[in-house]
Amino acid sequence: MGKKTSLYHKHIEANAKIVDFGGYDMPLHYGSQIEEHNKVRSSAGMFDVSHMVVVDLHGKAVRGFLRYLLANNVDRLQEAGKALYSCMLNGDGGIIDDLIVYFMDENWFRLVVNAATRDKDLAWIEKQAADFDVAIDVRDDLAMIAVQGPEARTKTHAALGGGLKQKKADQLAPFYAVECDGFFIARTGYTGEDGYEIMLPVDQVESFWQALLEQCVKPVGLGARDTLRLEAGMNLYGTDMDESVTPLESGLGWTVAWEPSERHFIGRDALQAQRKKPGHKKFTGLILDGKGMLRNHQKVVVDGVSVGEVTSGSFSPTLGRAIAFARVDACVETHCNIEVRDRYLPATVVKLPFVRHGKSCLQN
Amino acid sequence: MSDIPADLKYTKSHEWVRQLDDDDVLVGITDHAQELLGDMVYVELPAEGDMPSAGEECVVVESVKAASDIYCPVTAEIISVNEALVDQPELINKDPYGEGWILRLKASTPDELDGLLSADDYAQFIASETE
Repeated sequence: MGKKTSLYHKHIEANAKIVDFGGYDMPLHYGSQIEEHNKVRSSAGMFDVSHMVVVDLHGKAVRGFLRYLLANNVDRLQEAGKALYSCMLNGDGGIIDDLIVYFMDENWFRLVVNAATRDKDLAWIEKQAADFDVAIDVRDDLAMIAVQGPEARTKTHAALGGGLKQKKADQLAPFYAVECDGFFIARTGYTGEDGYEIMLPVDQVESFWQALLEQCVKPVGLGARDTLRLEAGMNLYGTDMDESVTPLESGLGWTVAWEPSERHFIGRDALQAQRKKPGHKKFTGLILDGKGMLRNHQKVVVDGVSVGEVTSGSFSPTLGRAIAFARVDACVETHCNIEVRDRYLPATVVKLPFVRHGKSCLQN
Repeated sequence: MSDIPADLKYTKSHEWVRQLDDDDVLVGITDHAQELLGDMVYVELPAEGDMPSAGEECVVVESVKAASDIYCPVTAEIISVNEALVDQPELINKDPYGEGWILRLKASTPDELDGLLSADDYAQFIASETE
């Protein structure tokens, strides 16, 4: 028996199949993972992501602290509410976690980090904050629902029931957040669709979930969450990357802010050394040419030589084909083979993402 | 509660077996098995004419969750395979005892069929497995 979120009873009520995820009893699916996936691509679905960890940082020194803590540069955040995706690195450039940071005002930044890495993240943040005048507040009083899909915003607005919250949500630009009457509404997500991630007091989450149900927003489990983020080209911590690899080997080089060069952040020296040295592993998308399935840890082979492995593999309901992320040698170009049981199945190397806003991004 | 038709025979590895009029048998996976595996996305079928032994792996079904072997319930010759599953593996989820059938076999030793589980035995078996 794991920990339970405030929506656990709603999941049971909806016939969820429950699995352990990061120590929490979470819904894997509510009947059909593929139907849930398709609903997010065509209409709107909602996810209980209350297991994720909301960390508020307060104080005048917060911006300077985050400038040092994160590989992306919080100086890119100048407008209130703006969000930024970043890795948090150790001194060797290894990824401790990936996170979203929201800039609310100069005395308040909000981080959302992964559930499975909660303890080590908090310990690391506390340790690094020792030299900064920063107050760390873990917001276990908040639950979190993600509503995603082409109809997610209109349905969420209806569930918010008019008033100021709806008005403020309606005005949000992508990748911005706003707080209103205890609801923290962010136009962010993990599916490649438009929508919101909403943090709200745990004692209000059941009624808000119910209001979304009444707008025909479909509950979606972790199974579809995984295929949605895979199609969208978004990494999963612990699966696609961990402390043994850097952002440069994980397709996340774009999240490292090299400029200004005088900004010292944890892991910078190690990343710079790796960047100068050619030949580190690269991270890419793969699509299986024929029928079959791709799975995590399958071997990637070129000319009979092992060149890497699949980090996340699954079936793409949108494309009707098997897709994957893989970490491979830099020399891998356009084609490779995947070892599946005792056979080698041909696959094509593709740019990520596979799907954006419900549409295939594949060239052919 | 999953569906366990009374007129079929079953295995502990969750295959069902239906005896046809001409002594051939149809094989598929049970409603309970398809529920456990989740949405099917790929089925790797054997060649017609193969002669697997009882208990031998002869098909791989892949769901969004996992790849899983299907075991031949009796020693037999494979007469035909359900080609519809190549493009519609989800038939196994939608209609596990009907359109989602997987193999048609001719049993080499028809007596082996008597050793399979009845619907009641299978119901008891899955109840004990999920306890």
